[in-house]
Amino acid sequence: MLKVRNLVVAAGSPSAELDIVSDVSFEIKRGEVLGLVGESGSGKSITSLAVMGLLPHPHIWVRSGAIELDGADITEEPPHLRVERGHGGVSMIFQEPMTSLNPVLRIGEQIEEAVRVHDGSTGETARIRARELLEMVRIPDARLQLNAYPHELSGGMRQRVMIAIALACRPQVLIADEPTTALDVTVQMQVLSLIRELCDAFDMGVLFITHDLGVVSELADRVAVMYGGKLAETGPVADLFRNPLHPYTGGLMGCVPDPGAGHRRFRTIPGQAPKPGEVPQGCKFAPRCDHVQPVCRSGAIPAVAAGPAHAAYCHHPLSRELT
Amino acid sequence: MTTKLRSFLSVFAARPVALLGLVYLVTIVTVALGADVIAPYAPEAIEPINRLSPPSWGHLFGTDHFGRDTFSRVLHGSRLALLIGVGVVSFALATGVPIGIVSALFPRLGRVLMRMVDVMMAFPSLLLALGLIVILGQSVANAILAIGVIYLTTTARITYGVTLRLREETYVEAARSMGASTVWMIRRHILPNMISPLLVQASFVFAFAQLGAASLDFLGLGAPPEIPSWGNMLAESRIYITRAPWLLFYPGLMIVLTAFSLNLVGDVLRDRLDPRFREMLSNRQRR
Amino acid sequence: MLAYVLKRTGAAIATLVAASIVIFIFIHLIPGDPIYVMLGDEATPEQVEALRIRLGYDQPIYVQYFYWAGNVLRGDLGTSIFFQEPVTLIIRDGAETSLLLATVTMVWIVALGVPVGVLAAIRQGTWIDQGLSGIAMLLASIPTFWVGLYLILIFAANLGWLPSSGYPSIFEEGGLSNLRYLLLPSLTLAAPNAALILRLTRASMLDVAKEDYVRTARSKGIRPYRVVLRHILRNALLAVVSAFGFTFAALISEAVVTETVFALPGIGRMVVQSILRRDYPVIQGVILVIVCLYLVINLLVDISYRYLDPRVDLE
Repeated sequence: MLKVRNLVVAAGSPSAELDIVSDVSFEIKRGEVLGLVGESGSGKSITSLAVMGLLPHPHIWVRSGAIELDGADITEEPPHLRVERGHGGVSMIFQEPMTSLNPVLRIGEQIEEAVRVHDGSTGETARIRARELLEMVRIPDARLQLNAYPHELSGGMRQRVMIAIALACRPQVLIADEPTTALDVTVQMQVLSLIRELCDAFDMGVLFITHDLGVVSELADRVAVMYGGKLAETGPVADLFRNPLHPYTGGLMGCVPDPGAGHRRFRTIPGQAPKPGEVPQGCKFAPRCDHVQPVCRSGAIPAVAAGPAHAAYCHHPLSRELT
Repeated sequence: MTTKLRSFLSVFAARPVALLGLVYLVTIVTVALGADVIAPYAPEAIEPINRLSPPSWGHLFGTDHFGRDTFSRVLHGSRLALLIGVGVVSFALATGVPIGIVSALFPRLGRVLMRMVDVMMAFPSLLLALGLIVILGQSVANAILAIGVIYLTTTARITYGVTLRLREETYVEAARSMGASTVWMIRRHILPNMISPLLVQASFVFAFAQLGAASLDFLGLGAPPEIPSWGNMLAESRIYITRAPWLLFYPGLMIVLTAFSLNLVGDVLRDRLDPRFREMLSNRQRR
Repeated sequence: MLAYVLKRTGAAIATLVAASIVIFIFIHLIPGDPIYVMLGDEATPEQVEALRIRLGYDQPIYVQYFYWAGNVLRGDLGTSIFFQEPVTLIIRDGAETSLLLATVTMVWIVALGVPVGVLAAIRQGTWIDQGLSGIAMLLASIPTFWVGLYLILIFAANLGWLPSSGYPSIFEEGGLSNLRYLLLPSLTLAAPNAALILRLTRASMLDVAKEDYVRTARSKGIRPYRVVLRHILRNALLAVVSAFGFTFAALISEAVVTETVFALPGIGRMVVQSILRRDYPVIQGVILVIVCLYLVINLLVDISYRYLDPRVDLE
């Protein structure tokens, strides 16, 4: 349904441009949650904004590649044009529920605004729909909360409101950009299960962006790991956790098989993620990789597959169970 | 130092108009210093046969009602403009900065001092200046003082805000917890970080001092009338506006160019200022 | 809400009292005995002494202050030395001109500054933005009286379209058409202040445009102009509204010059003339009234600000 093909996103000015996302491809089907995992600066948020059609022009733009939704090309198409042209909806909820709602408008107004655009309904109909949406995301006293201002709600409640706004746009795909990072631990689980439930109930695709593999293992059907603006590994969640191919994926799991010692021990990935502009030649992970060989430092990185849907870009994958 | 100077100039290179402003300011300083040499006539030289003559090769900007050469007077006027600017900025900094820093570091005293600043800000600025001149008498020094008092308040406010910010910041906290003395903290941490915001503030104050001084001159309460200040020239020629409109043009233009250049420079400096302080230096300058 | 209003009103009254003390001390610091100003040089010592006692100038200064403050509270600002008329009457005569001038000017400022500032922000970085911002800075660098004089030269002296000076009351012959006397003065006075509001509106719009909730609004699929009007402008104006108080203070101050240039019978010109005539009761009274007006305006702005921004706790 949502297809991202060879997406390249550039930043800067046309005379001094810099690829901050390069050659990223993935698919999301209806009712499926794809976890997009990476450290900050890996390009996952830029990728999601590109899918959303909200890259901050003219500083950041899609240089090549395509984003398709149900066959329609929606690359670089901002949301209001998608509505106008009848292309399918992509909605997004953001990391910071504290700042993502307009502080001077009531919750109800902010939801109705989306309802009016996407349903064409007005007045009382829009208001009823807004209340239904609030009930759907399990906000108690929905009718009362319509008149509340954002600052009167807790972080978890605001994130639910954000989800209600997203649902008001009747999306085929919901993008959730670290939606629980800013929330308390107990609230995190509630919001995660709500997203999963809504995904099943509305048969939506979900692009779930996070740096936390634990959250992904709870929620996602498939995983895409990004590093330095490129895909490192993709695969079904079970395969990827059982059999990580890319050393970076292994590192993210905090648990890398140590060939010499024959046991597993916890460790962190040394070094820092590369900044755009100072990315190394060849494999971008090479400077931090334990398994680095001279061949990793230059040239193209081959794709290795460990199953029909499980692949990584690495010269020396961790696992030898290749097919 | 040279790298600092180079980075300072590179900022202006990116904004050509602001560079023009900088060039203008350098020129005006040169003119002020060399007015005696550059000016074709003495500013007070009277030529009664040539009263109110329009601009010509002999008198580039024409002559006034006494037949004095406007061009020469405009050149000499730059001296007073710079004197007023430097004087007002110095006064505002010398009074406002200590008040601001002390208020921020000693909250109890600060509340009283800032309250007093609030009271002063409640007075319409020009009326405050006029009142001071009535009390102190009319002279250049008192004009500087009267305008300086207006910007004492804004400078104190800004210094107060910047110091509060800096004080909260961890390294100052750390210095404090290690038992650093207040004087040491001011010297090592607060003043060095204050230079850029104050430089921006100084350029805006310099600009508005020009306008304030011109207003005082125009109302007949600024520099004594025998001094060829731009404001005085405007005030004297006012009644000849229909007969000799050029008389008012050049002194006014000089005021505009000077204030505009300073505003441009201040604006560029503010744009590269630390964003923490930018907001404090926004649009409340003019009072 | 009531508690907030009371608290702010209390603070404003405290400032007013402090300001009245400052004004009072100021006037008494002025060299030269006002008695001699009133009586002239030929006054005999007996006459001086008699007037001094009649005006209470033989009392200690704090007694004089309370005496004056008590009179002020009863609505008596004293008597003008020059006109031999109550100061309140003189202020009342000038009030119409000054308040109308300030109001018309404020209309210009809002009508020009805000929309043009929005335009500059929407076209950020283009030549339109750079041009408008440049013009705004230029306008803020021009002495108002200079503009005023040339406006008089062009529109009054040369073209004869508008009157050059004075202002007959709108309640006299001519009625509302007398407002044309205020056209040039109000434009003169508005120029630098509209420029200021323009720059503030622009900066504030650009700040708000970076906010997360604007991205949320875009993601809903709302049309761009609605995002600008409903989400960016509305929040950006919060900062602009709070600047209106400061602008008004600037207006009162600059009106002194503008009223002089256009020979308008307003409070500002009155205060300058009184300063030149050393008519202390008038100076004292007018400044007190202006400070009072400034505080009231700022109070109203603060309170309306709290209404506009629901985040602010009203308790």
